[in-house]
Amino acid sequence: MKSLGSIRRDFAPWNDPNAKPYIQFDNVTKKFGDFTAVNNLSLTIFEREFFALLGASGCGKSTLLRMLAGFEEPTAGRILLDGQDLRGIPPYRRPVNMMFQSYALFPHMTVENNIAFGLKQDGMPKPEIAARVAEMLKLVKLEQFAKRKPHQLSGGQRQRVALARSVAKRPKVLLLDEPLGALDKKLREETQFELMDLQQKLGLTFVVVTHDQEEAMTMADRIAILDKGEVMQVATPPEVYEAPASRFVAHFVGNVNMFEGKVAERTAQTTRIAGATGAQIVVENAGDAAAGADIVFAIRPEKIRISSRKPADAVNALEGEVYDIAYLGDMTVYHVRLDDGQMVRASTMNAARVTDDPLSWNDRAWVSFRSDAGVVLTR
Amino acid sequence: MNATWSRFNITSIVLGFAFLYLPIVLLIVFSFNESKLVTVWGGFSTKWYVSLFHNQGLMDAAWVTARVGVISATVATVLGTLAALTLTRYTRFRGRVLFSGMVFAPLVMPEVITGLSLLLLFVAVGLDRGFFTVTLAHITLTMCFVAVVVQSRLISFDRSLEEAAMDLGATPVKTFFQITLPVIMPAIVSGWMLAFTLSLDDLVIASFTSGPGATTLPMKIYSQVRLGVTPEINAACTILIAVVAIGVIIASLANKRREVQRQLDERAAQRG
Repeated sequence: MKSLGSIRRDFAPWNDPNAKPYIQFDNVTKKFGDFTAVNNLSLTIFEREFFALLGASGCGKSTLLRMLAGFEEPTAGRILLDGQDLRGIPPYRRPVNMMFQSYALFPHMTVENNIAFGLKQDGMPKPEIAARVAEMLKLVKLEQFAKRKPHQLSGGQRQRVALARSVAKRPKVLLLDEPLGALDKKLREETQFELMDLQQKLGLTFVVVTHDQEEAMTMADRIAILDKGEVMQVATPPEVYEAPASRFVAHFVGNVNMFEGKVAERTAQTTRIAGATGAQIVVENAGDAAAGADIVFAIRPEKIRISSRKPADAVNALEGEVYDIAYLGDMTVYHVRLDDGQMVRASTMNAARVTDDPLSWNDRAWVSFRSDAGVVLTR
Repeated sequence: MNATWSRFNITSIVLGFAFLYLPIVLLIVFSFNESKLVTVWGGFSTKWYVSLFHNQGLMDAAWVTARVGVISATVATVLGTLAALTLTRYTRFRGRVLFSGMVFAPLVMPEVITGLSLLLLFVAVGLDRGFFTVTLAHITLTMCFVAVVVQSRLISFDRSLEEAAMDLGATPVKTFFQITLPVIMPAIVSGWMLAFTLSLDDLVIASFTSGPGATTLPMKIYSQVRLGVTPEINAACTILIAVVAIGVIIASLANKRREVQRQLDERAAQRG
């Protein structure tokens, strides 16, 4: 049997031009009065994909989910599920189920009855319901809590009941609205992996809404980054992080250093950027930025080396002074004020217990990086 | 907090409680009076309770009151709940402000006016005054109280419960009966109790809208008192007080027990 990891590794229908999309948002707009929550948005999600909608609050991600569930109808555009237009189909006839942010467990029913609720609505025979409920309880490891009421459970247990209830009907698509938002950090990390396992085991399509970028990066096959009702980028987690499409995405996901500047010179291999504050940066790949164009050079803190002397082999090296140091245990984050005034954030893994090049506050320091370490953003 | 029993504290408590309960205590004490004279103590006796149960007029009135109370409270609960649902759920219909104002107006309307206007209406449409009209009048009076109670529960109701039910395949009607109704049931029950209590002790509106053969207990007591207070009336009132007190005590004990149980459960859950 193939391991879950290898299934996941080979899974990339979005690169296959012949792959049939499973969920399709087709120029969807949703307005609430004068407020446009979703603006002419198109998006494609594939079968068995773990898809994350990532954005700050008010970016329209929850509205997308609610339109998929049927609680809201699009003002314009259409939503297709497996080729079928969902317009006018009420929530109780859609083959999707949702796990709510508040869990929305029925307070007057036991755990068992909560899980059985959806099955009863379908008129499933009693013995089958009992079997399915038992299976679900086992899946979320809550067998001994079957007779409890929701208020007799801890937060983590409630989350599991909500999950079991929403997958009990074997929906085509499971929608998860901030599924881990109410859990504490440790539990959240554990549950992330459990959710991924569950998705693989059941072979369902998951669409998860979250504002937590780490959560999206950990779990999702692909992430859609939303802002003001529009898609900023749809890509796999590494692509989103290493090749952000715009300043917004670079800023939104992870930490980043941005150098404003102009393309000074382009050759076949390299491009020279003249920073607005004077720094000269040489990069390998400048995309489609033409000479003279205003651009932003973005580089992640962990791709910047910091040292007390100028490295001999560095293509890009800038001098400054250590302004602040944050020791986080696994790594140390340095804030360096370059001589031209720009602040740079550089992080170093603490691979050894003692460093041979200790830097302290106000020390002179060099930050250096390779010519392929950053990206040039034109938007 | 200063927990010492200063003279001032004791005095205020005694005075406060005396102000609230002295008349009631007096009434209860004199219901066990041997003497027929209300203000003269003639020794302990329960004979007025015995004679109360042989007073056909009072017993009839009690029976009328009970029936009016149950029927009007039930109808008022249904109507009040519907009004509360409409007012909390459909917040954008035309004239909502006017409608909600109209539903809640009877809360502050002087009872004399409610009674009089109902009387005029019944006369105008030619309804014979009696059991039916008192019940109708009490529904009008108590419906808005039910609406207030149920509405306050509905405002804090988590709508995602209903969405979850529909998401799992329940039609709106099933969702209402399987989810919404059970969850707001405690509020509906307290609304019913409130309506029943209001109907039980209403004198003004009943006087306006009742007719021959449908004398309620408060009306009967009032009319007898005008001929002089008898210890029998004291006994009737004592029973009423006992019934209400027992009801309140049971309700609050049950509430308290549920709360304690809930806290225990939650602590157990925290431990895993």
